[in-house]
Amino acid sequence: MNAIEKVGEYASLMYRTITKPDRWSIFWKQYVNEVKKQGIDSLWIVVIISTFIGAVITIQMVLNTENPLLPTYSTGLATRDTLLLEFSSSIMCLILAGKVGSNIASEIGTMRITEQIDALDIMGVNSANYLILPKITAFMTIIPCLVLVSMFVGIIGGYCVGIFTDIITVHDYEVGIQYAFIPFYVTYSVIKGIVFAFIISSVSSYYGYTVKGGALEVGKSSTDAVVNSSVLILLFNVMLTKLLLT
Amino acid sequence: MIEVQNAIKTFDGNQVLKNVSAIFEAGKTNLIIGQSGSGKTVLMKSIVGIHRIDSGHILYDGRDITIMKRKQLNQLRREIGMLFQGSALFDSMTVLENVRFPLDMFSDETEDEKDRRARFCLERVELSHAVDLYPSEISGGMQKRAAIARAIVLNPKYLFCDEPNSGLDPKTSLLIDKLIQDITHEFNITTIINTHDMNSVMEIGENIIFINKGEKAWQGNSNEIYNTGCQPLEDFIFASELFKKIKHVHSSNK
Repeated sequence: MNAIEKVGEYASLMYRTITKPDRWSIFWKQYVNEVKKQGIDSLWIVVIISTFIGAVITIQMVLNTENPLLPTYSTGLATRDTLLLEFSSSIMCLILAGKVGSNIASEIGTMRITEQIDALDIMGVNSANYLILPKITAFMTIIPCLVLVSMFVGIIGGYCVGIFTDIITVHDYEVGIQYAFIPFYVTYSVIKGIVFAFIISSVSSYYGYTVKGGALEVGKSSTDAVVNSSVLILLFNVMLTKLLLT
Repeated sequence: MIEVQNAIKTFDGNQVLKNVSAIFEAGKTNLIIGQSGSGKTVLMKSIVGIHRIDSGHILYDGRDITIMKRKQLNQLRREIGMLFQGSALFDSMTVLENVRFPLDMFSDETEDEKDRRARFCLERVELSHAVDLYPSEISGGMQKRAAIARAIVLNPKYLFCDEPNSGLDPKTSLLIDKLIQDITHEFNITTIINTHDMNSVMEIGENIIFINKGEKAWQGNSNEIYNTGCQPLEDFIFASELFKKIKHVHSSNK
C-alpha cells in the first residue's frame, strides 16, 4: 500500500472516529479510563525523566559555557528555556510516543486480530468512534498537565544541582530561571503538546485498527506506530515553531 | 428469512464466490459447509455485510443490504447476533459486562432491567456462576456460551455462528450445537452456522448448503446427506473411516 493510500485510509478512519458517540455515558466512562491509562500512568516516567534531564542540562550548561563574559545567571536561563521550549513538549512527546503509542496500537491491534472489532461492527456499533475517540480526547486533554509537570520538575531537577553540588549556586540558578521570562513559551509548549498528542493517539490507533494477520503483525504495527508518530512529531515541531515563534 | 441471490465476490482477481444463490429459513439451523478455502467464510461475512459483494443481492426479509448505507446497515445489525470462532469477548469486561454491552449501547431500559435481561441470558446458557469472571478466567466452552448469551441478549432475528465448535471437545461441541438449535427454535431465529464439523452436520443440520470451490454444489438436510449423488460432498463428508462406516450402516438399514 503506498503512502497516498495510507493517508486516505487514515483520513477515512478519522472521519468515522470524530463523530458524536452512540452513548455519551459509555464515552465518558471510557474517557476517564483512558485519562488514567495514558495520563496518570505516564506521570511517573515524565517525573523521573524530566528531573534527571533538568539536572543534566544544568550541569552541561555550566561545564560548556565557562566564559567570564557570560553572566552567572545564564545557566538558569538556558536551562529554563530549553525545558520550556523543547524538552517538555517535543522530547517528552517523543518519549510518550513510545509508551502511549505502542500501548494504543497493540491494544487495538489485538482487538482486531481476535475479532473483537468485528464483533462491535456486527452489533452496529461504530467501532472507530467507540474505540479511538476516547483515546484521542483523553490524551489531548491530559497532555497539558503532563507538559506543565515536566516543566516544573525539570526546573526542580536543575535546582537540586544547586542544592546538592557546588557546580552552581542556588542564587544564580534562581535569578536565571526568573530572568527575562516570556509566559508565551508555556502556551507555545502546551499547544505543541496538544498537537503531538493528537498525532500519537490517532496515528497509533490507525496502525492498530488496520492490522491484518496475527501476533507478529500486531508487534510490527506497534513499531510502525511509534516510528511514524515520532517522524510526524519532528515534522510538526518545525512547522509549529515557525508558525508560533517567528 | 435470508435470501442470497447470485452473489459474486472477487479478491485480487480470484473469484471466491461464483454466482451463489441460497435461502436460509427462519426457525431452522441453516448450515454452510465446505472444505477450507471453499468460500464459506467469505459467504457468511458477505451475508453479514463485513464484505461487500461485487454483484448480486442479499435480502433480510426483503431488505437488500447491498444497497444500504452505513447507517441503515448499522440499524439492521441491531437485529443480528453473531458468535465468532474465537468467541470475541471483550477482554477488559467481565462475563456479565460482555453480555450487558449490547443493552448498554442500544437499549433504553433501566439499569435493573438491563441487568435482569443479561442475567436471564446467562442463566439460559448455564453461566450464572461465572458472571463476575473475565474471559481469560473461563474455559473455551464457557467463552462460547458467554458469546451466545451476548449474541441473543437483544432478541436478534438473525443469528450467525462462525465455526462454533472449533477448539472444543466433542462433548462440549454437542452442548453448544444443542444450545444453538434450542435457541433457534425457541425464539424463531434465522440461524446460519458456518462449520466443517461433521457431528454438527449430522446433529443439527436442518438446512445444509455445501459450498465447493466458490459454488453452491448441494442443498438439503442431514437425512438426505447419505445419498446426495454429489461426489465432492461425498468426498468431503465421508473422508474419515468413521463416517464411511456410518454411511455403510445407514445403507444396510435401508
